[in-house]
Amino acid sequence: MYYTTDTATTPNAKIPEGDLKDKWSNFKDKTRLISPNNRHQYKILVVGTGLSGASAAASLAELGYNVSTFCFQDSPRRAHSVAAQGGVNAMKNYKNDGDSVYRMFYDTLKGGDFRAREANVYRLAECSSHLIDQAVAQGVPFAREYSGYLANRSFGGVQVSRTFYARGQTGQQLLLGAYQAMMRQVHLGRIKSFTRHEMLDLVTENGVAKGIIVRNMDTGEISRHAAHAVVLATGGFGKIYYLSTLAMGCNGSAIWRAHKKGAWTSCPSWTQIHPTCLPQAGNYQSKLTLMSESLRNDGRIWVPQTKNENRKAIEIPEEDRDYYLERKYPSYGNLAPRDIASRAAKERIDAGHGVGPLKNAVYLDFKDAIATQGKDIISKKYGNLFNMYEKITGINAYQQPMMISPAAHFSMGGLWVDYELSTNIPGLYAIGEANFSDHGANRLGANSLLQACIDGYYVLPQTLPQYLAQQGKATPPESSSEAFMKAENQVRSQLEELSGINGSKTVDHFHRELGKILYDKCGLSRSAKGLTEAIESIRVLRKSFLQDLKIPQVLQGINEELEKAGRVADYLEIGELMCIDALSREESCGAHFREEHQTPDGEAKRNDSDFSYISCWKKNADTPVLIKEPLQFEFTKPTERSYK
Amino acid sequence: MDFKLKIWRQDNPQSKGKMVDYEVKKISPDTSFLEMLDQLNETLILRGENPISFDYDCREGICGQCCLFINGRAHGPIEHTSTCQLHMRSFREGETIYVEPFRAGPFPIKKDLKIDRQALDKIIASGGYISVNTGQAPEANQTLIDSDTVEQAFDAASCIGCGACVASCKNGSAALFTAAKISHLFQLPQGKIEHKKRIKNMVETMDQLGFGACSNTGACEVECPQGISISHIALMNREFWK
Ligand SMILES: Cc1cc2nc3c(=O)[nH]c(=O)nc-3n(C[C@H](O)[C@H](O)[C@H](O)COP(=O)(O)OP(=O)(O)OC[C@H]3O[C@@H](n4cnc5c(N)ncnc54)[C@H](O)[C@@H]3O)c2cc1C
Ligand code: SF4
Ligand code: FES
Repeated sequence: MYYTTDTATTPNAKIPEGDLKDKWSNFKDKTRLISPNNRHQYKILVVGTGLSGASAAASLAELGYNVSTFCFQDSPRRAHSVAAQGGVNAMKNYKNDGDSVYRMFYDTLKGGDFRAREANVYRLAECSSHLIDQAVAQGVPFAREYSGYLANRSFGGVQVSRTFYARGQTGQQLLLGAYQAMMRQVHLGRIKSFTRHEMLDLVTENGVAKGIIVRNMDTGEISRHAAHAVVLATGGFGKIYYLSTLAMGCNGSAIWRAHKKGAWTSCPSWTQIHPTCLPQAGNYQSKLTLMSESLRNDGRIWVPQTKNENRKAIEIPEEDRDYYLERKYPSYGNLAPRDIASRAAKERIDAGHGVGPLKNAVYLDFKDAIATQGKDIISKKYGNLFNMYEKITGINAYQQPMMISPAAHFSMGGLWVDYELSTNIPGLYAIGEANFSDHGANRLGANSLLQACIDGYYVLPQTLPQYLAQQGKATPPESSSEAFMKAENQVRSQLEELSGINGSKTVDHFHRELGKILYDKCGLSRSAKGLTEAIESIRVLRKSFLQDLKIPQVLQGINEELEKAGRVADYLEIGELMCIDALSREESCGAHFREEHQTPDGEAKRNDSDFSYISCWKKNADTPVLIKEPLQFEFTKPTERSYK
Repeated sequence: MDFKLKIWRQDNPQSKGKMVDYEVKKISPDTSFLEMLDQLNETLILRGENPISFDYDCREGICGQCCLFINGRAHGPIEHTSTCQLHMRSFREGETIYVEPFRAGPFPIKKDLKIDRQALDKIIASGGYISVNTGQAPEANQTLIDSDTVEQAFDAASCIGCGACVASCKNGSAALFTAAKISHLFQLPQGKIEHKKRIKNMVETMDQLGFGACSNTGACEVECPQGISISHIALMNREFWK
């Protein structure tokens, strides 16, 4: 057995009393506050300056807390939130198309295949409208109608238009808003920003979070930071697949090291594989670029009817094309949710209908949209995406269809948190993509910028002070304890160990191998047999990593290979837990598709009587322990998730 | 494709650097410039040599972290393209390629091709924002903004903070970077209120950090990966002297 189950522990999600609509207000009405004069005595560390971290840091500093931020890039503004293109959802009902907080809540819950908490998801929808107000006030240049009103578009998995966007750079513009708010607090002296500092361990004393150990990536210096609370806002770990839409430095190390100190990890196997990315073109490739999902509003997805088609796309007549999403899912068509669209693409590619030099892609065609709307309109909507496509591939998508294929993109899983975004370690919080959060087993497009912002601007600044208030009078945080010393020594010895192996293969070699295993066996489709094989192969790979890794043996100054080695060491452990998580869930739900559990027509078959829970993995000396947080549906009735 | 490379190597901020010769062979034309350097690094590591340090993160042209000076141009030969979006098909077979860091007084070299650009953050910290606390904002559609205005503000807002404008300016001026933020916020009604203070603080900070003065050569605009126009500098100057 790869894991044991602990049925005696039931996680307390701390969901407030009352009707769904009143829960968040009830929480806010009763939460304990700290007087403005005392706030500066409390020190809070925010690790990560993406949308969630920057917004949390700015908001907490505005309230008067003493904040330090950390990020591995050379500026907080470069966090990978910057790469989000498509948009951010919010319930404004500007279109009068029947949107409501309840509908947004229900769409998100259903999109996640009923594997998220009702109360959390409702709060996300409830707070969404104010985020747009906040962002506009900060100067985020969202798209406008000619009349001057804010514009909307629609995104996969919903039938209303609730997505706000800023050209193809929504994430960048939202992040600049949060970054600027944060830099304003830096200027006021309320935030100390540590860039190029990587968190390498969490320090706990008596089970309570007390601080972190970080490495200065420019000098190699290791330092201790003590605080009253630690917030992890370190983003997603989809880069574990090596080829992904994430940035090169994205990692799972901060949350994994917290996991090793006792924090539970939830549903790590729930990875969103995005349907519209540029296909892999060769071995040397280091990332797969995402083409915004918004393209599916006007682009039609198809493959040739015949296998191993050799004609060029434009030479293939209509009757020889299979618009498989429109055929299989007539009511949502090309806007079917991501998991469904990706799986459908994989199914067609595996069946021999793939296109492109490696036969690993499908077409995304704008011919009809250009014919009906004109090239100018299409160019206004997607011009920068078409340019980007041409820059990378050398192909003009106004003339021939784009080629796209699925790629690892988003981690629905992450650290377990309760309604207050606290992990099971008191004083340790997780926000943004780093927590397992509100997206269930599949995230709807444009909901995660939202979640990162809501966590950071609205939820954490209300919930974290309650924890501080419970501590009573603040005593200055201390970093000279035994626990800090031990953690620091451990970090140092791991770095020495990794650089001392002196084997014969580079870090990237091991990372690429791990990525292949995970894409193959723990990607779009999983089976007990495949997952067991994957666990065994990962163990072999980890052993070989620890014996045969070669990196420059310098601990001082800049050493990128050492940074990467630490991350890959963690990925090799996370990868195993992902497979174990996927193995333990004997059902299909959202992005988690178990071949053994499908309907006769190949759709995911959920099993609510046995698997309506959130998996919470606890670190144990040998095998991980599974704790289950049962999901209660008081206000909705889980239904089959059909998009036909 | 095969290439000869001349790459700037420098151990640390204090040491003296120099150009070192390398060769790479059988590189696919569709390889990105950074992936070509990755391949070179793999061979260096396996040979037990120190790999070349260079900056990158997103590798999709949006984070602004990549910053190479290639054949005498910031971000290389293709206009309005960041280094990570440059592919080897843009070079000639057998070509000798010169790779250096972005050079400017306020951007000290950390190692090889990696530079310190904290000065740009400092310019933003001195005033590149609208002072609104979380929770204060009014309903978003209360202030209508015509779409052309928003689009013009967006042109400026799209700056990725790479510093190519500084590196390609003979005076090492950060005028384009600074003007882009000033212009983005100035053009929007919600940014007008603090405008005077913002422009004064940001321009002063820029000068204090040792960036040079703008003499309108327009070199920055050509290399800017986001195609930000020097008309924003004109706006900044006009408003500064008002
Ligand atoms: C290509 C792409 C497109 C996307 N498009 C959309 C979209 O259109 N709409 C949408 O809603 N969502 C989109 N998403 C998802 C969304 O962008 C992310 O989920 C969200 O931005 C994550 O924000 P974050 O604050 O949690 O993390 P990030 O923005 O990733 O920030 C992570 C931060 O943590 C820091 N960090 C990480 N590890 C460490 C460490 N060990 N030590 C110190 N610091 C560390 C990093 O430096 C960084 O500052 C997209 C994602 C990708 C990859
Ligand atoms: S103005 Fe252009 S060149 Fe200068 S930092 Fe911004 S994006 Fe880079
Ligand atoms: S690596 Fe992000 S812009 Fe080039």
